[in-house]
Amino acid sequence: MRYWFPYPVLSLLLLGFWLLVNQSVSPGQILLGTILSVSLSWAMVNLEPSKPRLRRPGAAFRLAGSVIKDIAQSNLAVLGAVLSRRKPPVQSAFVMVELQLQDDNAIALLACILTTTPGTAWLEYDRQTRMLLIHVLDTADGKDWQSIVTHRYERLLKEIFE
Amino acid sequence: MTFLVDLPVWAAIPVCLLLLSGSALTLAGAIGLVRFQSFYERLHAPTLCTSGGVLLIALSSMIAFGVLQNRWIVHEVLIVVFMIVTTPVTLMLLGQSALYRDRAEKSAEVPRKTETAKADPGIDISGNDI
Repeated sequence: MRYWFPYPVLSLLLLGFWLLVNQSVSPGQILLGTILSVSLSWAMVNLEPSKPRLRRPGAAFRLAGSVIKDIAQSNLAVLGAVLSRRKPPVQSAFVMVELQLQDDNAIALLACILTTTPGTAWLEYDRQTRMLLIHVLDTADGKDWQSIVTHRYERLLKEIFE
Repeated sequence: MTFLVDLPVWAAIPVCLLLLSGSALTLAGAIGLVRFQSFYERLHAPTLCTSGGVLLIALSSMIAFGVLQNRWIVHEVLIVVFMIVTTPVTLMLLGQSALYRDRAEKSAEVPRKTETAKADPGIDISGNDI
């Protein structure tokens, strides 16, 4: 079973993606989607990705909620910075943040979150020192980014992945 | 665009509002690209388009075509998901190349690599500085 379906969740997600893109649930599309998704998951075997184990799916919803709220707030904040009359419009700075996350998938998800949120850009992560370099657009509001990353995101990501 | 005449008023108002605010956010991102001073600040401006802009425009498209075709439309969610998943790749590539260049030019504005790794002689850090 494991031999024929090495990544069952990935195959199901790919099948769902295929059906959504084609906008049909006809038997032909399901058959074609199944063949494609199973053969693509065989291709994944050669890449040897680390298999994430989702321990607390409930935490994922809380994370999604807080991310959506942060995206909305920081969109407005960056919009205000763009339209402000000050010259220069913002005081940006590089910020070092120490990460405690171990799991590669969790770190990748954190990169997606920090990048999608306007106002923070992920620049560099050093695996040896566990230091993450981010660039913060507006430091005038005096937010403590170390504690935001640790308490708001890392705690939930740890619950989900580790 | 004549098929949009069939859109009822109660749906047209939120669709218009979402579409206009999404486009306004995208425009603001483009203006920010001009107004901000340094390369790293300019990295932030397009994220307005890729997060808020895409989200609002996709939402208005979902409502408009959902009402017109009288069924649930969810494949716009895929656009949002793929935007969120793929933006970090480009952004990190651009950010890292800018860091690499600035460190090679010994610019005072960018932070150096952290020193803690150098305390451990077992780790090869040659070339770590750039």
